[in-house]
Formats: sequence, structure tokens, C-alpha cells
Amino acid sequence: MLDQTILGYRRENGRVGVRNHVIILPLDDLSNAACEAVANNIKGTLALPHPYGRLQFGKDLELHFRTLIGTGRNPNVAAVVVIGIEPGWTQKVVDGIAESGKPVAGFSIEQNGDINTIAAASRKAKEFVQWASELQREPCPIKELWVSTKCGESDTTSGLGANPCVGAAFDRLYENGNTLVFGETSEITGGEHLVRDRCISKEVADHFMATWSAYNDFINENKTNDLSDSQPTKGNIEGGLTTIEEKALGNIQKIGKKCKVHGVLEPAEEPKGDGLFFMDSSSAAAEMVTLVAAGGYVVHFFPTGQGNVIGNPIVPVIKITANPRTVRTMSEHVDVDVTGLLQKTMNMDDAGEALLECMIRTANGRMTAAEALGHREFVLTRLYRSA
Amino acid sequence: MIHFIVHDQNDSVGVVVVEGVKAGQEVNGWIMDQDKDLKVKVRNDIPIGHKFAIRDLADGDTVIKYSTDIGRMVKPAQAGEHVHVHNLKTKRW
Repeated sequence: MLDQTILGYRRENGRVGVRNHVIILPLDDLSNAACEAVANNIKGTLALPHPYGRLQFGKDLELHFRTLIGTGRNPNVAAVVVIGIEPGWTQKVVDGIAESGKPVAGFSIEQNGDINTIAAASRKAKEFVQWASELQREPCPIKELWVSTKCGESDTTSGLGANPCVGAAFDRLYENGNTLVFGETSEITGGEHLVRDRCISKEVADHFMATWSAYNDFINENKTNDLSDSQPTKGNIEGGLTTIEEKALGNIQKIGKKCKVHGVLEPAEEPKGDGLFFMDSSSAAAEMVTLVAAGGYVVHFFPTGQGNVIGNPIVPVIKITANPRTVRTMSEHVDVDVTGLLQKTMNMDDAGEALLECMIRTANGRMTAAEALGHREFVLTRLYRSA
Repeated sequence: MIHFIVHDQNDSVGVVVVEGVKAGQEVNGWIMDQDKDLKVKVRNDIPIGHKFAIRDLADGDTVIKYSTDIGRMVKPAQAGEHVHVHNLKTKRW
């Protein structure tokens, strides 16, 4: 199956995308209104409003730039219009995206006002979207798809069915030479020794443990109780998960039985080379998917128990569940139903195969449930307070 | 029909995977790793996704699931009794 090709978009830098978005990207919160106006003027473009970008500094500011630049560079994006309040930081984002070779243009509001900025940016957006609409899909090896995973609203059926299904698919993709990623640093707690033992070298294992320990220290410094209701969440507890250890052991089923961890990535960092990577990241769904999308991943596997409805503006998010109640009550959110795993009417190899088949159809252009339902959660991770 | 699943035969708990399990019901289990069957009489109504003890657990006992430590009991539970936030706590945070 994985020796087939998919029909993707070959970008200027050689990477393969599966969507063809023209995005209108605000540098900062102040520029959301102009970006939304441009996306309203020019059909087929998409604004990505967010609440940050002012007075950030240090590593937090670096992450802000890395996330915006990475989002623009993602191969699912054909072209980008960036709008910021002032030209300096706007140009920094434009330059970072331009390195990928794709069309990008920046506009700033000060000394122009919203209306002139919107007019100029709309003209450029129109040019970009008409150009992008003529790009054709072409056959590309499946090996070139970068695939991410993160689970959400997990319950005990996640660890029994949906997460090991992703693991079965990841084992196949790993052997195929794909570039893969998982993360959710705090949610490894209780199974960190198991991830450490899957690292490809002592250096990677040490890097992973240092990353996990730093996040765990941060939680211990800031907690006011045992984090019950936060991690696990209310939804997790409703679904039967009791402790972080139990949740983590279910979570790490997603890396299968064969995948090795080849490296540890900073949040929103683009990996170099193939294999499975661990990205230091929040366990909150929209934050994590935004970070891996900024890292360059083009398809996302999202197993859920209780039914997390998240999507992403530029990356198709494929939902997998093994919970029969979730299928009964919210089937419009489910792309791959693996409830048969819990009644022995489906085995894990078949479940992994069903997910890969859905991945191929999605890569070829079929909209996911989250795309059809309009889920476009774009949530930037903050590391600390603004200056 | 499979009413509950246990990851490994050495685990302390099983997970209900169907809706509507009632107190006093004898439920059919599947131990995944060893592909064995198991029957238990449950002592509480157990919602889908929730756990019950498959052996008697004492206050302070370490609870095993996925063959791994998932926390400690803070109250005892007999085989068939609901195990959740009221009697099981994390050892971490």
C-alpha cells in the first residue's frame, strides 16, 4: 500500500503538500482585523487570526517567529500575505517564509491605516490565489508525507484502541522512511522511561529526559494541587482515566512497537532527516497541532476517546476513535471508526491499514471531518509573560 | 459480547468497553496480551471507559495497568469494585 503514490503539490523547495492554501497571516493581534478583511475580499484565501505578537521577548519571541514562519513555510500553503502593525517584524516573518521559495508579501499598517493596507494586501492576495488555483497535483511518493500525531479528550478506549491503531500505522510509515512526530511533553509522565528506551542513541535519550524533566519541574513549581481536572482533564476523568500515569501509558501507544526516536525538537522546529521525532510541546490539542504544523508536518493523526472536535487551518486532522458511545453520539467528527478492536471483530493490523487508507484519500484531497465542519483552530504557544 | 478488557493478566484493573454495565452483573472480559477470557461480577454500575478491580486491592497498593504503575490506592477496593478518582491517586503530581 505504501509503495503507491499520492497526488500532492510539489513546492519550490521540493517538499510535498496535500493542501493548497493561500493564507493571510497576522504578525500580531492588532493586524487581525486587516487580515480578516483581506480574506473576506479575496475568495479562496484564509486569515489566521491569533491574540499575540506584542512585547514578547527572548525564547518566547523566538517561538512566536518560528511558529508564524513555519506556518507560512508549511508545504500545504501555496502563498502567504503577512500583515503587521509595523514593518520591521513583519519583514522578519516575510524573509523567513521567503527562504522556502514560495510567493510571500508583507504589508504594515502604521503610516498607511487599515483601509490602504487592506487594499494593497487584497490586490496581492488576489494575484496569489489566482496563481495558486492553477497549480496542479502530481504523483508523489507516500514516503515524502510528513505525518504528526497527538491525541485528545482521551479515555481508556484511546489506550486500548485508537492510540495503538495510530501506533500500527506509525510502525508502517517508519519502516517506509516517512518523517513522523509526537510530543505532549507533560503527558509522557509515568511512561517517560518507556520513551527513553525507544531513543535511537544515548545522546537522544539524554536530550529527551532533560526535556521531559524541565517540563515536569515547571509543573511542580507552578502547581497548586495534584492537577486533577487539568491533567487528566475533566473530560478524561469522565471517560474513565484516573491518573497522569494511566493517561501517559495510553498516550505513548501512538508510537507503536517498532518506531525509534531519532531526535528531540524544540516547539515548532523543523526536523532534519526522516524517522520519528519528539517535539517538546504542550498537551493542549490546538497548541500542539499548531506547533507540529509549523514544524512542516502535512497530515495529522488525532485519536480521541470522548470526541475532541479540533481541526487546523492548514493541516488535515484525521480523527480516529474506538469508543462506541462517541461513534453513536458524534459520528460527524469521526474519520476512522476502530470500535471493532474492542470486540475482536477487527485486529490491530487491519485498524492500522484502515487509517493509512484514510491518510492516502485525505492526502489526495478528500476533506476530513474537521475540515468539512470548519475547524480551524490556530493557537500559539506562549512560554511566559510579555515584557 | 466483550464487556471489559484487561491489557495484561498481571494488571490490577479492567476497563468496561460497553454502555450500561450494572451492579451485580457478571461481565465477560478479554485479556489482550495473553488472549484469554475472564469473568467478574461487578459491585457497582460502571460507565463505559471506567475501571474496576479484577482482584482485591488494599489501601496503599500500587495499581498496575499496561503492566506498569499507574498510581496508588487511597481506599481499599474489592474485586468488581469501581476504581477511579475516589480511591486511586497519582504518585506524581
